[in-house]
Amino acid sequence: MDLSNIAIVGSFETDLGVVTDRGPMALGVQATLGAIADAGLKPSAIDGLITCNSLVTPIMYHAEATAEYCGLTPGHCLSVGTGGGTTYTALRYAAAAIQTGLASTVVVSMADSMRSFMTRDRAMAVQSSSGHPHFEQPYGPTVPAYYALIARAHMDTFGTTEAQFAEAMVSSRAWAHQNPTAQYRERVTVDDVLASKPIADPLKLLDCSIVSDGGAAVVLTTLERARDLPHAPIVLKGYGEGHHYEHISQATDLTQSAAADSGKAAFEQAGIQPTDIDLAQLYDCFSPALLIQLEDLGFCEKGAGGAFLASGATQPGGKLPVNTHGGMLSHCHPGNPGAIFGLTEAIRQYRGEAKERQLPHLEHTLLHAQGGIMSSHATVVLGRAN
Amino acid sequence: MAGVDQLNQVYFDGVADGQLRIQQCKDCAAYQFYPRVICKHCSSEHLSWTAASGRGQVASFTVVRRGVSAAFEAPYVIALIDLEEGVRMMSHLVDVDPEQVVTGMAVTVLFRSVGEADPQPVFTPVVAS
Repeated sequence: MDLSNIAIVGSFETDLGVVTDRGPMALGVQATLGAIADAGLKPSAIDGLITCNSLVTPIMYHAEATAEYCGLTPGHCLSVGTGGGTTYTALRYAAAAIQTGLASTVVVSMADSMRSFMTRDRAMAVQSSSGHPHFEQPYGPTVPAYYALIARAHMDTFGTTEAQFAEAMVSSRAWAHQNPTAQYRERVTVDDVLASKPIADPLKLLDCSIVSDGGAAVVLTTLERARDLPHAPIVLKGYGEGHHYEHISQATDLTQSAAADSGKAAFEQAGIQPTDIDLAQLYDCFSPALLIQLEDLGFCEKGAGGAFLASGATQPGGKLPVNTHGGMLSHCHPGNPGAIFGLTEAIRQYRGEAKERQLPHLEHTLLHAQGGIMSSHATVVLGRAN
Repeated sequence: MAGVDQLNQVYFDGVADGQLRIQQCKDCAAYQFYPRVICKHCSSEHLSWTAASGRGQVASFTVVRRGVSAAFEAPYVIALIDLEEGVRMMSHLVDVDPEQVVTGMAVTVLFRSVGEADPQPVFTPVVAS
């Protein structure tokens, strides 16, 4: 179904990084109402609300609770239960709700407070609960360890080096250095990454994403309604998903992900090629995840992700700007909502409000997120309305 | 272990007896791991249990430097093992210098407690004779 009649008309980010004066629900409410105001709408105009659940304080009916807090009574509520890929899956659900008449104007809102409101016990419980309860968890795997298994396989298969993985953080910080809202802004070198604390070989601390507080939301409606609203509408041009497995021990190929499926579908629907992408906002939870997405989404040959990163292509001035806000490696990663800042940054870039990191030309943006352990993938292509 | 159903109990009973049990489909002959009530290859409900040889090789591995909890003392080696029968499982590599582990290394099963759990299948390098 054609998506290009669905427009993003509002966008808002809360305070990000270390936010101690409000918890997950308050941040989510701030994001929701902020995005509605940014769209030039009254809260009563919202008839759909989609949220992701909080890992810090999970709530059974999270979207409904958020609506209740805001004093909203939307006709359509949906809480998406997990992280990563569901960020952009939620965008597609919002579009579907509008296309099928479930709602006319939908907010997608995500927030959490992993940095300031997560207890150590709860953090360990969440980490321990990843993995198959009977056939993985007994071995004490950590989330970095899962990605380390993928990194090792990529090194063995393609000759990728630890120094090439380190380039992910070098690129991230080169962008974050120019973003006042990024949690970590200090530039780093490959040597800094290689010298950082070992976590799960070959991954070190600076191969891993950060832990943050924060939230963001966007408002979607029809392009027809968008024409009457203050911001130039950004439209959905293409969407795709791919799901090959859930548990890493069930992956048949550790180095080839379902991003290849989701990307292919999104490019086909948008009618464009990887070379048409001006900005790629990718899911950089760990350095190997970023590297493999660059390959599987078609930005470089399979196996060449390390060389592509090391070439500086993803950095300021490079041929494929990636995560201009700094990504989850440096900017903000509150848990489930991590990818939404890739979207709100893209909207900032479309509006010409990205200051020193503003891209000179921006037509097509690719958004990609993945959940699980490179398990569940969603790709979106954005463009300007004609 | 909490929440083990009747099906998985067959596997864990095997472990308690020093046996690594995997399923084989009676209709398409494919092996599978983890245990399921259906064959993941052909959806058949006719499955049998068989004792795996316990031999395999390392598909990938990581030396965990920061353990998941106090029950797991780092460093420890988590590996994905490809069994001879063609199925893959997560496990530990034990009785090996972590620096000496390489992908493709031939390994064989042992049964040993890891963390706070009862004995689990773990693997150790096959010593060349």
